[in-house]
Amino acid sequence: MELKDLLKDLHEKGLQQISAVDQINKLNEIRVQLLGKKGPLTQALRGMKDLKPDERPEIGALANVIRDDLQNKLDQAKQHLEQEAIQLQLQKEKIDVTLPGNKRKVGTKHVINQVMDDIESLFIGLGYQVVAGPEVEEDHYNFEMMNLPKDHPARDMQDTFYITKETLMRTHTSPVQARTMEQHDFSKGPLKMISPGRVYRRDTDDATHSHQFNQIEGLVVDEHITMADLKGTLELLAQHVFGSDREIRLRPSYFPFTEPSVEVDVSCFNCNGQGCSVCKKTGWIEVLGAGLVHPNVLENAGIDSKIYGGFAFGVGPDRFAMLKYGINDIRDFYLNDVRFLEQFKGE
Amino acid sequence: MKISMKWLAKYVDLPESPQKLAERETVTGIEVDEIIYPAEGLKNIVVGQILTLEAHPDSDHLNICQVAIGEQQPYQIVCGAPNVAEGQKVIVALPGARIVNNQKIKKSKMRGVESRGMLCSLQEIGFNENVVPDEFKDGIYVFPENETITVGESVFPYLGMDDTILNFDATPNRADVLGMRGAAWEVASMYDQKPHFTVPDVPEETEMADSKFTNEVFDNNLAPTYRNRIVTNVKVQPSPLWLQIYLWNNGIKPINNIVDITNYVLLDYGQPLHAYDFDKLGSKKLTVRNAENGETFKALNDNEYELTDQDIVIVNDEQAVSLAGVMGGQSTSIDAQTKTVVLESAVFDSIRVRKTAQRHNLRTEAAARFEKGIDVATTQEALDQAAQLVQTLADGKVLAGQVVGSQTNLEPTIVKITIEQINHALGTNIKQEEIIAIFERLGFTVQVEADILVVTVPLRRWDISIPADLIEEVVRIYGFDKLPSTLPVSTQTVGGYTTQQQFLRNGKTFLRSLGYDEAISYALTTEEKAQAFTVEQSTLTKVDWPMTRDHEYLRLNLVSGLLDDLAYNVARKQTNVALFEQGRVFVKSQSSAVRPTEVEMLAGAITGTVQEQTWETKARLVNFYDVKGDVEQLINSFNKQGRISYQATTSITQLHPGQSALIMMDDQCIGFIGTVHPVYAQQLKLPVTIVFQLNLDKIMALTDQSQIYVPASKFPSITRDVAILVPKNVTNEAIDDTIRQAAGKYLTDIKLFDIYVGTGVPAKYKSMAYSLTFQNKQETLTDAVVNQHFTKVQTALQNILGAKIR
Ligand SMILES: [Zn+2]
Repeated sequence: MELKDLLKDLHEKGLQQISAVDQINKLNEIRVQLLGKKGPLTQALRGMKDLKPDERPEIGALANVIRDDLQNKLDQAKQHLEQEAIQLQLQKEKIDVTLPGNKRKVGTKHVINQVMDDIESLFIGLGYQVVAGPEVEEDHYNFEMMNLPKDHPARDMQDTFYITKETLMRTHTSPVQARTMEQHDFSKGPLKMISPGRVYRRDTDDATHSHQFNQIEGLVVDEHITMADLKGTLELLAQHVFGSDREIRLRPSYFPFTEPSVEVDVSCFNCNGQGCSVCKKTGWIEVLGAGLVHPNVLENAGIDSKIYGGFAFGVGPDRFAMLKYGINDIRDFYLNDVRFLEQFKGE
Repeated sequence: MKISMKWLAKYVDLPESPQKLAERETVTGIEVDEIIYPAEGLKNIVVGQILTLEAHPDSDHLNICQVAIGEQQPYQIVCGAPNVAEGQKVIVALPGARIVNNQKIKKSKMRGVESRGMLCSLQEIGFNENVVPDEFKDGIYVFPENETITVGESVFPYLGMDDTILNFDATPNRADVLGMRGAAWEVASMYDQKPHFTVPDVPEETEMADSKFTNEVFDNNLAPTYRNRIVTNVKVQPSPLWLQIYLWNNGIKPINNIVDITNYVLLDYGQPLHAYDFDKLGSKKLTVRNAENGETFKALNDNEYELTDQDIVIVNDEQAVSLAGVMGGQSTSIDAQTKTVVLESAVFDSIRVRKTAQRHNLRTEAAARFEKGIDVATTQEALDQAAQLVQTLADGKVLAGQVVGSQTNLEPTIVKITIEQINHALGTNIKQEEIIAIFERLGFTVQVEADILVVTVPLRRWDISIPADLIEEVVRIYGFDKLPSTLPVSTQTVGGYTTQQQFLRNGKTFLRSLGYDEAISYALTTEEKAQAFTVEQSTLTKVDWPMTRDHEYLRLNLVSGLLDDLAYNVARKQTNVALFEQGRVFVKSQSSAVRPTEVEMLAGAITGTVQEQTWETKARLVNFYDVKGDVEQLINSFNKQGRISYQATTSITQLHPGQSALIMMDDQCIGFIGTVHPVYAQQLKLPVTIVFQLNLDKIMALTDQSQIYVPASKFPSITRDVAILVPKNVTNEAIDDTIRQAAGKYLTDIKLFDIYVGTGVPAKYKSMAYSLTFQNKQETLTDAVVNQHFTKVQTALQNILGAKIR
């Protein structure tokens, strides 16, 4: 056979082989077989030396074309087979994406601490210090400094867990304020503080009473503090906790440590003030007590009440949480049933 | 205090509905927490008159009554009440009526006899048992014969049930509204009115009261005011209906005209009164003094009380006849035979009255008022009012004059204030005229001296004594709703958590990220639980007067509380529980310390699985090492200097003696970890439970590790594995220490990757396999160097621990 025909024949057969291949490793064999040093094409080209010089360029060109074409076809076939293989693999690896995921458990913050942290963050943003104090207090700080002298009716023995005549479980976090006021250097600026913490009352535990609960009290003392400042501050608080469209209402009240004293209601978030069972049909929910600091309280802490004045407020995070989430038994907070704890997803 | 709108209307013109008044009063002064409509839900209840009465043929207690109800024909009604009689005007619930508890009355047959309706007791139309006069307690109500009652008309107006009653929930400082007159002042000021009161006018006999009777107060502190009046020739009988209505609408039971009058004056003036039967007194004198310790007193309620010298008593010559300010005595009580009455109007020491009422558990209307203070300006007038009423309602003869044992200075309070002071405190700009107008509305008089307002406050507002009190009066009448809303304007302050607070929070956040839920348990617990799980000796702190045994001692550990929580969950089929608590324990190293030291702790407890059974993984129960891993990571997160070690311990009796450790930071114990003792766990009905507790105050006090960035080394590390046979009692720590000491400075990590006992390992031995990592941070480490160190490690393990290299 003439070399030219031989080449064409090689080309033909090579193409057939390539198109018949269905495995990548076989394709490699074919590549070696066709184009390798011992392959027929190379062999054929070796026969070029026997040709006449004028025939050589034509045959050389033809050989190159054939080699390039085979090379291309081989590459295409390879690509094709690779694609197929991947498709096959992907098909095999298909999973049921609706099967449940493997969960790593994350713990929840106690709902009362969620509420407390939320309130703390508001006041930190407003420039308040967060101050802690002892839970076992002296009568002096818990009562006397707060304008509740020994025979004051509001400090009935029965409501307080006394430990000795002079020490007790604090009944509110006001003693922290008393301690802080005593220490504060007003030449360095106003006193703005909140005191969160656990407090204790001598109560029988039931749906609405707990012998241990929590409080956040706030106090601002400076030269020009007004009732209007208190109102503005509590409005922020109510809106921060219960929603930005809440309104508040102040009503006269009585606490020994403030004068004037107010009870603060927030417009009912359940019925928007229309009246429902949550707000006992009044449209308002009582949420906290507040007032201007009683001059005796300032004087007791060594602060000149003629120059300085202030406001104070007290919040019950337990009650806030109950209102906010519709919890109707305060004891639930302290049972730590995981079915309760894990319902509250907040931070 | 229950405020009858009808009574109030006698003193104030009421321009608004009771609901509006209640709303306005709530935001202006006194919270109105209830509006009561006595006839609410009742209907078709009329006055009937029993025309004839015959016994029911088939019953020994039923009567068949023909009852006129204002229609042409009388109604036949069968009645079982024992007190039913011909001629009585009674309460008739007609067929179709609604009585108490929404009960419907229908025409019916009673033992074969037709009955059209029902004759009612007061209870059956909604009266509280406590206010029903004794004579009608067990039968139907009968209208008094001497009252004008029209048959067929609704009973509601005749019984005062058409009234509306507001409950004034007065704060302790506003006890001035615990009388109708005080309440009238309050409501009138709200409507910018002056209340109109009549002053009692007592027709007196010529005979002087003090010729027949005297009194004496031992100590004016006990009774700053003490006054009596004598009324003779009284006729004790039921009060007229108008008076009874005022009482029962206010929750007080009508008894007889004399007692009712004292109660009426109490409600009207807020001044508690008492009436003694003069003849039963024996003596012609009353004395106010301290009781003697052990002295006994039989009160009106039939109970006998043993008194102390802190109680105030009123005595005749022989014995206490009244526990002052709280309750009168049995021996001198008013009864049907009483002829001469001694009326008493006084002011008793509020603190002593409160303590007496508390001590003897006698919370009476009188005590409630004396405790909070009363209007000392009307003590005298109230006595006159009572005397006048006894004269009119009991035909009494009032002897001339009040017998005065003591009397109070009646100077009003004067408080000075400036307009600037008021506006500065409120953040307002209220004009002087407006402020003066507010004071005048309240019945205070104002004199202007330069820029100072001199405000004279009447004695009926004894809660007011300082400028801040006046500011409160101004703002409540001015209106809290009119106050602007502002924020304090002052020097900027920086808010934030202290380092300590942030540290406590970080620990909590870390444990949550490890899957522990946060718990809050009680600080007060039982003696046993308080001192369980403790490492250091401490005296317990006990509350003086606990509510229950469950909450008596302050805790010395947090674990007990968490175990209670776990047990609660497990009992409710919540078997996989991981909880932590951050809180304080109350340590007292010396029992003489005034207050315990409050130490911040962080504790955790886990029971159940760490890995739940899923479609792809097997369940795995928690073990000691799971929790130890958590604790190791937690402590690591604190980033403190020092070497942590775990020291096996048997010192905590509630823990498994073979599975518990003290956590040591260098030589200091900072906590413990362990498996709860199986016996203790069983008591709590808990399966295997692992607990730990860390003393955060101790950890916080340690020095922080410096945080300076160390670049990751570019040079490769080389690992070598070693498996050894060692006696079972050789600890991992000992092996670890040995390796570290021998391995040289290039050792960067030791990892225990296998422990094996069983086939191929001699008894009492275990096989432990470690992977050691070496790295030189400065240059590439050669095998030769590593081999050299590794050989030293193997030698050391053999020589020091007697290990066999496998
Ligand atoms: Zn509502």
